[in-house]
Amino acid sequence: MTDETRAPGTTSGTSAALTARLADVQGPYFGEFGGRFVPEALIAALDEVETEYRKALGDPAFTDELARLHRDYVGRPSPLTEVQRFAAHAGGARVFLKREDLNHTGSHKINNVLGQALLVKRMGKKRLIAETGAGQHGVATATAAALMDLECVIYMGEEDTRRQALNVARMRLLGAEVIPVTIGSRTLKDAINEALRDWVANVETTHYLLGTVTGPHPFPEMVREFHRIIGEEARGQVLERTGRLPDAVAACVGGGSNALGIFNAFLDDDGVALFGFEAGGEGVETGRHAARFSGGAPGVLHGARSYLMQDDDGQTLPSHSVSAGLDYPSVGPAHSWLHDLGRATYEPVTDVEAMDAFRLLCRTEGIIPAIESAHALAGALRVGRAAEAEGRTGPDGLPYTILVNLSGRGDKDVATAARWFGLLDADAGEDLENKEGRA
Amino acid sequence: MTVTATTPGSAATLARLRDEEGRPALVGYLPIGFPDVQRSVEALNTLVDHGVDMIELGLPYTDPVMDGPTIQAAAQQALDSGTRVRDLFPVVEAVASRGVPVLVMTYWNLVLRYGVDAFASDLAGAGGAGLITPDLIPDEAGRWIAASEAHGLDRVFLVAPSSTPERLALTARASRGFVYAASTMGVTGERTQVGARAEQLVADTRAAGAEHVCVGLGVSTGVQAAQVGRFADGVIVGSAFVRPLLGDAPWTDRLTALAAVTEDLASGVRSARAGSTGDSSTTSGETS
Repeated sequence: MTDETRAPGTTSGTSAALTARLADVQGPYFGEFGGRFVPEALIAALDEVETEYRKALGDPAFTDELARLHRDYVGRPSPLTEVQRFAAHAGGARVFLKREDLNHTGSHKINNVLGQALLVKRMGKKRLIAETGAGQHGVATATAAALMDLECVIYMGEEDTRRQALNVARMRLLGAEVIPVTIGSRTLKDAINEALRDWVANVETTHYLLGTVTGPHPFPEMVREFHRIIGEEARGQVLERTGRLPDAVAACVGGGSNALGIFNAFLDDDGVALFGFEAGGEGVETGRHAARFSGGAPGVLHGARSYLMQDDDGQTLPSHSVSAGLDYPSVGPAHSWLHDLGRATYEPVTDVEAMDAFRLLCRTEGIIPAIESAHALAGALRVGRAAEAEGRTGPDGLPYTILVNLSGRGDKDVATAARWFGLLDADAGEDLENKEGRA
Repeated sequence: MTVTATTPGSAATLARLRDEEGRPALVGYLPIGFPDVQRSVEALNTLVDHGVDMIELGLPYTDPVMDGPTIQAAAQQALDSGTRVRDLFPVVEAVASRGVPVLVMTYWNLVLRYGVDAFASDLAGAGGAGLITPDLIPDEAGRWIAASEAHGLDRVFLVAPSSTPERLALTARASRGFVYAASTMGVTGERTQVGARAEQLVADTRAAGAEHVCVGLGVSTGVQAAQVGRFADGVIVGSAFVRPLLGDAPWTDRLTALAAVTEDLASGVRSARAGSTGDSSTTSGETS
């Protein structure tokens, strides 16, 4: 489903064609990022996962079953929606949303989870563990575990269990055990620490179903492979709709799996600008953010060398975001590589900007996005307005076109948004009016 | 112990204890800065005074994935008390002046951030013996191997019950000083039983070419130290030394409790091979 969707006569791949495709780079390193900085106890399991995953991708029994699940269980291909009323705020650009929010379980996370869960069945292991921040990956993992009759334990920072109480209940309904993590900063980073400790102790029976493109090799590469379907579908859909490739692709970046999934199909198209939007939190200048490329430096966390929020000693700094799913001090090594190559641009989006875009999509399109994805929407507004300000258009004066990965739906975020906008108070209307002025 | 200008490396100490005293070494772990830098030096001196043969100094880190709750709590206290990486070197110097080898146990990012060669240089300058690196495997250790060669430092990599024969050989080749055998699959912490797999792992690691193999994870009593000491060149103890120092008791009482734990473990390693000379081939036969 890849090459036939590549349109003739587009701007794609003139120089990249002479070298290896960026989209197919294999681990353990992406440039100088990635690797395997983990205890020796895990190496045998990582080798097993790598061997089995490479075999599986070449085995029709595996790929056919995954394709069937994508079609019959997830509801793929996910639609592409043009959002004209929203785009009216984006400087005259055309904006298309890749609707990963409409997948079963409500986000892109299911793509990776089904791939790894099928792999676990092949490896004969019976127990899954996973970390979760916003809860989307935990819900997806609990779902796959129910479907495939696997024991499931989810580690979640106590702070996140509070922010995402509804998703905790969903995971428990699906039969998973949710363990709140009460050490460290009590967020995603600490949930990963606990999952790694569990895995070291139980690696012979257990698979760690890591939820994003971080961690030790082969996770960054394998998780990209399970998410590349997002970009491959979207590429074909945009071509079909507009007859050409988009001018820009926008995605939010926590660990970076939805971003890499959609970027990957365009990495070798030099004419397509790629934008990753990190959590700017309360503003990069406040220190309360998760903008690794603005406020971090290369370092090692959770098995990979990548950009990292750290102090002068190399201690991990706490991250902050209104969005639990972006609240992580490091980022997938492939993004650090794309950043240093200059192939993708990474910018912070503040909590306020994201929440304004969140509300704008609700009001103009009747779509409630995940707050994570709202960072991509805010970024798309910025990219569209900048194109207008600089007089950039598509070829032959066609409108500038932006593809946004709408990575998840916002049901889980309704309580947070209601608090943010003051919708639960008697003076909710007044509060809304005040915030309206900033939009 | 007399103060020496240069302390011996870990291999020399392990060989001396084996050949002259017929026993394994007791290797004691404590984090620096726990509960603060000054008192951590007092605690380390207590270990040395009561029979520890080598010191493993932990650098506190925010994300210690190989550590269980006891050492996590100590590391967190050390960070909360403002402990910095640069506080390490005076502590190394103070402990090394007691004549015992001092190895530093550190997660890799702290060394990367400091600068691999700068860290090696400052550690060697302080009289440190080398590094134990729980999240650095030899495959990723090119810069550290070069720096440790340049500065004459020990490189202690870990092996685990899950390590393949190929990886045991790779790790034995890359290590200098000794190989750290994780007794069980898991993180640090006291256990009622130390896995039977430890003995097999030590034998396999020796067969893969390691001259010295010390065993860590789970040992907390003199009886366990004696059991492990039958087959290992050294017995590494961490959580059992940290535990008496946690809590709110007066500091001198905590040091007294630490001394008692140390003496129990020290007597354990000293009785490990008593009356079992028939066993000695398994502990010393492989060495050159």
